[in-house]
Amino acid sequence: MLINVPETVVADALRGLAAAHPELTVDVENRVIVRRDAPVAGQVGLVSGGGSGHEPLHGGFVGPGMLSAACPGEVFTSPVPDQMLRAAAAVDSGAGVLFIVKNYTGDVLNFDMAAEMAEDEGIQVAKVLVNDDVAVTDSLYTAGRRGTGATLFVEKIAGAAAAEGMPLERVEAVARQVNENSRSFGIALSACSTPAKGSPTFDLPPGELELGIGIHGEPGRERRSMMTSGEIAEAAVEAVVEDLQPRNPVLVLVNGMGATPLLELYGFNAEVHRVLEQRGVPVARVLVGNYVTSLDMAGASLTLCQVDEELLRLYDAPVKTPGLRWGV
Amino acid sequence: MLDADFFRRWMTATAASVDREAERLTALDSPIGDADHGSNLQRGFTAVAAALDKEAPGTPGGVLILAGRQLISTVGGASGPLYGTLLRRTGKALGDAGEVSAEQLAEALRAGVDAVMTLGGAAPGDATMIDALVPAVDALGDSFTAARTAAEEGAVATTPLQARKGRASYVGERSIGHQDPGATSAALLIAALAEAAGE
Repeated sequence: MLINVPETVVADALRGLAAAHPELTVDVENRVIVRRDAPVAGQVGLVSGGGSGHEPLHGGFVGPGMLSAACPGEVFTSPVPDQMLRAAAAVDSGAGVLFIVKNYTGDVLNFDMAAEMAEDEGIQVAKVLVNDDVAVTDSLYTAGRRGTGATLFVEKIAGAAAAEGMPLERVEAVARQVNENSRSFGIALSACSTPAKGSPTFDLPPGELELGIGIHGEPGRERRSMMTSGEIAEAAVEAVVEDLQPRNPVLVLVNGMGATPLLELYGFNAEVHRVLEQRGVPVARVLVGNYVTSLDMAGASLTLCQVDEELLRLYDAPVKTPGLRWGV
Repeated sequence: MLDADFFRRWMTATAASVDREAERLTALDSPIGDADHGSNLQRGFTAVAAALDKEAPGTPGGVLILAGRQLISTVGGASGPLYGTLLRRTGKALGDAGEVSAEQLAEALRAGVDAVMTLGGAAPGDATMIDALVPAVDALGDSFTAARTAAEEGAVATTPLQARKGRASYVGERSIGHQDPGATSAALLIAALAEAAGE
């Protein structure tokens, strides 16, 4: 691994982010990344966060048109309430703050505590849970569907809504609408290695793959012999489309898990496109790249987000962050 | 009677035992979770020990409330709020008393465990820390040693269970056959209680 020692991995990355992006205020000690011009008068503040290891999510999505602040936790570990409170205080212009929370027990508990603390300090807070992962089928007997690729769409579209000056209830409603219209499915060709452990978190022999993985190095629901890119695309599109049943055009995110080359991701995107066409699902926009990663895991996830005209307009609105940038 | 010093010894004994067992906790967390339970608790209880050294609260309740706050502020994940709430609520239930009886501790710990169940939504049999804590609290009326044995047996008994809460629940039936890391660390906390009592 390209690190100094496991204990300083997150702090080292934050120092590097600060050196590369002077337009962000990076508080390395307290682990909060804030856009430098925050709070922006009249605009709702958007705060997200989660375990590290998913870069560019969330810190790489801080900037005009997307997040106001992000709180990185330890690798694959939710941040603590103190970070979220600090972020909320830094971005609140008086218009309130929206917490965007991926549905994991730890993230939910810590953001809940932070929301209570922020309200005690007079900051108006709303929360939106992202839970788009269709691989978690039995929500009754699990912690519920995980938040994965749809987080990018929620942060981008809600960020545009906030930039237009929409009030907190509207920004929250838009974020909720994006989540409700998004589904994801992921596959892994290799496990990932956390800096603390230094070796793969589960054993996946060559020639086999895991279907229905999350983004924390946890194994998936099912193990199979290696499939072709086309066969994987068929399985992923089927899982997502059967659950979403889209009637409107969709945004497509073909997301790399960290160790799969863009050459393979674009090939996979071609297969996804073919299967969507066969099924008669119209495509509005496509994003291919490493956006919601899982350290050095090889594999990919597919996210579809069904959009109406307003969501598409907000998706197309300008964005200027380290990880996502267009229209500026 | 148990004084603030007893509760400090409980926390420092927990910190030492989490240090010793960190690798095992992380190894248990690998096949069904994300391989960080040991390092997360290690960071938390190191902070607890440092804060108790610095602030030295004078009551049993004060020690546990400070320890709980430290865990919430340093651990993250689910285990930070859950262990933090366990200690904070137990501490609150002990009130301002300078000394408490073992019966009062058992009663307060039950309030702490109830708060964890409410917060995390887990019940006995879901393969979580609750499976070590509930039998431990039930046995605490007999002796600290009985509580320690009950917690250890409760942790081992999670092995054949399918996890229904937390990250291990995502792997479904594949969590069967693995001892739950959270129940294992909860057993360490109860074992440290027996150690503080000199049993």
